[in-house]
Amino acid sequence: MIFSIVVTGAPYSSQAADSALRYCKSLLKLEHQIHRIFFYADGVHNASELAVPPQDETNIPSEWAQLAEQHKLDIVVCIAAAVRRGVLDENEAGRYEKSSHNLTLPFVLSGLGQLVEAGIVSDRVVTFGA
Amino acid sequence: MTLHTINKTPTESSALNNCLASLSDGDALLLIENGVYAAMPGYAELFTRLPASIQCYLLGEDSSARGLNDLNPDFRSIDYDGFVELSCRYNKVVSWF
Repeated sequence: MIFSIVVTGAPYSSQAADSALRYCKSLLKLEHQIHRIFFYADGVHNASELAVPPQDETNIPSEWAQLAEQHKLDIVVCIAAAVRRGVLDENEAGRYEKSSHNLTLPFVLSGLGQLVEAGIVSDRVVTFGA
Repeated sequence: MTLHTINKTPTESSALNNCLASLSDGDALLLIENGVYAAMPGYAELFTRLPASIQCYLLGEDSSARGLNDLNPDFRSIDYDGFVELSCRYNKVVSWF
């Protein structure tokens, strides 16, 4: 079955990101297809390259990046939610004349249209809310 | 037929009450994260009037992470693989948070 996942919780603020990560691992183990993971509202903080959790805790942003690279997942961050919270890629940093950018690869910034498309293409959309 | 997930305790938000008010025959409830506290015996009253067609589940990892034992026997404990299986069995998944 084709799934898409929506995450609206920041890592370490609520359990949403952790639950979503575990759910996605289970989906892949059971050989379902993940069309897209969409990070919205405070969920954009999952994509911050600059998060430094203690070494004995799960590094949620890097877990997402590793999972996406390993399984070629499309991990998309809402651009409007991200830039207002200070999560920028190189392009947006240039546009707003900021001195640095912090979007972890392979996350990409894109619009809500990607969420709409995910809803059309997927058999199930599962939201993990804060 | 819809799978409803609830991730808040009965008192910290209106998520559970709103969910209970919107259930249809054949739907299922799944308590996750702090939602598992709703399966404590003291909250059993909330679920006594549910139609028999509503199946109730809780995520075992989240209840054991919180040290909860002797929970409401109407809730069947499942793991993440079970959560995925329920997501497939029901037509859609609605998340209350």
